[in-house]
Amino acid sequence: MLRLIVLRAASSVPVMFIVAVIVFLLLRLSPGDPATIIAGDAATPAQIENLRASMGLDQPLPLQFLTWIGSVIQGDLGQSILSRMPVSELIADRLGPTLVLALCAIVVTVLVAVPLGALAAWRHNSWVDWAVMTLSVLGFSIPAFVVGYLLMLFFSISAGLLPVQGYVSPLVDLGAAARHLVLPSLTLALVFMALIARVTRSSLLEVLGQDFVRTAKAKGNPDFRTLWRHALPNAAVPIITVIGLGIAMLISGVVVTESVFNIPGIGRLTIDAILARDYPVVQGLMLFFALIYVGVNLLIDIAYILVDPRIRY
Amino acid sequence: MNMTRREAMLFTSSALLFAATRPGPATAQGQSVIRFAPHAALRVLDPVTTNAYVTRNHAYLVYDTLFGMDSNYVPKPQMVDTWKTSEDGLTWDFHLRDGLAFHDGAPVLASDVIASIQRWWQKDIVGLRLKAVTKDISASDDRSFRLVLSEPFGIMLEAFARPTSIPLFVMPKRIADLPPATVLEEVVGSGPFRFVQEDFRPGVSWTYVKNEKYVPREEPADGLSGGKVAGVDRIEVIWFPSPDTAMSALQNNELDIIESVSPDRKPMFDGTDITVIARASPTVSTIRFNWAQPPFDDVRLRKAVQAAVTQRDYLDVIVGDPEAYSICGALFGCGTPLETDAGFVDSGTPNLERAKQLVKESGYKGEKVVIITPGDVASFSALAPMTQQILSSIGIDSEIQTMEWSAFLTRRANSGPVAEGGWNLAHAVFDGIDLISPLGNMNFDARGKAGYTGFIDDPETETLKTQYQREPDPAKQKAIAEEMQKRAYDQVFYIPLGTYKQFIALRPELKDYVNSPVVVLWNVTKT
Repeated sequence: MLRLIVLRAASSVPVMFIVAVIVFLLLRLSPGDPATIIAGDAATPAQIENLRASMGLDQPLPLQFLTWIGSVIQGDLGQSILSRMPVSELIADRLGPTLVLALCAIVVTVLVAVPLGALAAWRHNSWVDWAVMTLSVLGFSIPAFVVGYLLMLFFSISAGLLPVQGYVSPLVDLGAAARHLVLPSLTLALVFMALIARVTRSSLLEVLGQDFVRTAKAKGNPDFRTLWRHALPNAAVPIITVIGLGIAMLISGVVVTESVFNIPGIGRLTIDAILARDYPVVQGLMLFFALIYVGVNLLIDIAYILVDPRIRY
Repeated sequence: MNMTRREAMLFTSSALLFAATRPGPATAQGQSVIRFAPHAALRVLDPVTTNAYVTRNHAYLVYDTLFGMDSNYVPKPQMVDTWKTSEDGLTWDFHLRDGLAFHDGAPVLASDVIASIQRWWQKDIVGLRLKAVTKDISASDDRSFRLVLSEPFGIMLEAFARPTSIPLFVMPKRIADLPPATVLEEVVGSGPFRFVQEDFRPGVSWTYVKNEKYVPREEPADGLSGGKVAGVDRIEVIWFPSPDTAMSALQNNELDIIESVSPDRKPMFDGTDITVIARASPTVSTIRFNWAQPPFDDVRLRKAVQAAVTQRDYLDVIVGDPEAYSICGALFGCGTPLETDAGFVDSGTPNLERAKQLVKESGYKGEKVVIITPGDVASFSALAPMTQQILSSIGIDSEIQTMEWSAFLTRRANSGPVAEGGWNLAHAVFDGIDLISPLGNMNFDARGKAGYTGFIDDPETETLKTQYQREPDPAKQKAIAEEMQKRAYDQVFYIPLGTYKQFIALRPELKDYVNSPVVVLWNVTKT
């Protein structure tokens, strides 16, 4: 296990470097620059040029890259051009809401979608299977913002049960945090449920036809026990893969849900930084996301070992 | 396998614990709090570095100004107690009022004011003019300062009071001494509210608390002048990327004020207890030509477009509701001291025949005109297609190039030809308060490529502006402004597309809201 972690950590270094180079170049090649945005549309060319110089953007690109990557190696992601706040502080501040939201959504998803998918596979070609698959197609087809506004309309505006927007840290007020998380978590969960239910179903369908399942049944195991104890663990690898990648996707891209429910998460920070051409923040975020994907992949591999002892690295 | 299932659960629990975040702004029990949704997210705190309205609005709560403009656009003293000018108009003496102190406890001194003026006049368009005619600025004592000029500057008080993009805010000298290209990190003002630095989450939320030591003027609040009384203990500002969510939050009592409600969304509050008021400063959209490049370097082609455009056509498309818009030919704003119809050519009916004739006379050879537009700013969305249709109706071939706001700003600042990243036609949208002064109105920046986008090159207008700046008599100022307006219409500096309202929405618990061109929350109380 330790060997796996060390190897992955070592192999992530060139990945991170390539990400750093690509992000740096793409940002500089895209039109628009932060000085124009900060100075505003009434600024003269001379004023914009002064601002660019004060931010070091008049330096040659290789020098800018070396300065930045040198700081990153020393653990400093730099400072936001706009707010002058440290990038690491901005990311840390915005990570919490997204992480809490993503984990809530995934927990809800797993608790509902895996049993539903299993049920659909177990009752393959029955009305139950048909209903679950229809629901999953619906869940996947309706955009998250539509689901979000509908939930808001029913549960907040009409029923007055839940807040419309905002985020409260669980450390400050657990009850308020839960109330604020219900609607956005449900919104995200509805989309991911569809995906995970389908993967669970198809993965289980493969396993259910295998000899060991027949043997388990022949030995007199009840249906539920056969499904839960024998079939599901053997079908778990693709399900874990989808759940793991789902977590990574949620952390890096829940911008729509965060915007609809006004949650100050990392998705909104990313979009804000890209639109404002806040180079250090975008660069820092992209490195962070790359790290998340590397980390999640590592966790998925560890989870494989946990659910299937035959797997070795 | 080195990790047991129990260890795996422990790992997951740790991850959940890691998700615990820093607490949000703490609100003490019993405090009166206003929750406010602004029109944009605050990201830059320095009101001199940027001309973003949201930064200016933030600054009005935190900083104080030497003068403030009342609801009739007349400058009234704020930090200044008394002032006098010499008979030749070349020496101005100002004396600050008692009790002025910064949020860090230091008294406001004349040296702070001078440093603030010197930082401001490097960026502001009117400030640049004041700087150019100032021979000396110095402190007479701790609370008095003097400006000695090389020529009269009749708009001194207006310059100090002007509430447009970069107003003159007073900061401590140690901060104001930093160059204007250095984005400030520290917010220390002397205004009625104190900025809570530790609650600042850029692009998300920020907070102000009452400055207990602030001494308001005794006069009642009027526009941006008069007593700035902090009516609540705390103002929490929350940026909403979705206006629909903000409106739902207001109805759900999670918010108290929305700064900007567009005319099309206003009916959503019909039948509710939410108060909706038209904001004191209207919105004005415009067509701008690139004077520096063909084909619009030819006045005949600009006149052709002018003949084909009517404000009503645009307003019907952009706003729809005639109650929410007005036809306005006054380039310094309708309802302002300099309002005049001089030179206004829009009869309400497009003159397509004349337009086509002018296109022919201009020698236009059918080349494709590039219209640039931002795709992510709602107020621009209808403008480019409408303009393209009008150009097509008079035989001008055009192409719309859509981009995001940041790319649009960079592109619009490029005076070069289209092949080198330039443009031919673009739009601009203004807050009406930015247009009231002939010197501050960017549409009258006629310095060519060194000036505002559009690159109008008209020395005659620059001369008229200098005459205006020297003139202390309001009647004579108005006559000069009228000349400037006639010139702008004659040379087609740009085409105004009418005026329309934005609205502010307030919960019924709020009282004493003062409707001023800048949404400031002093005086507002909450029951």
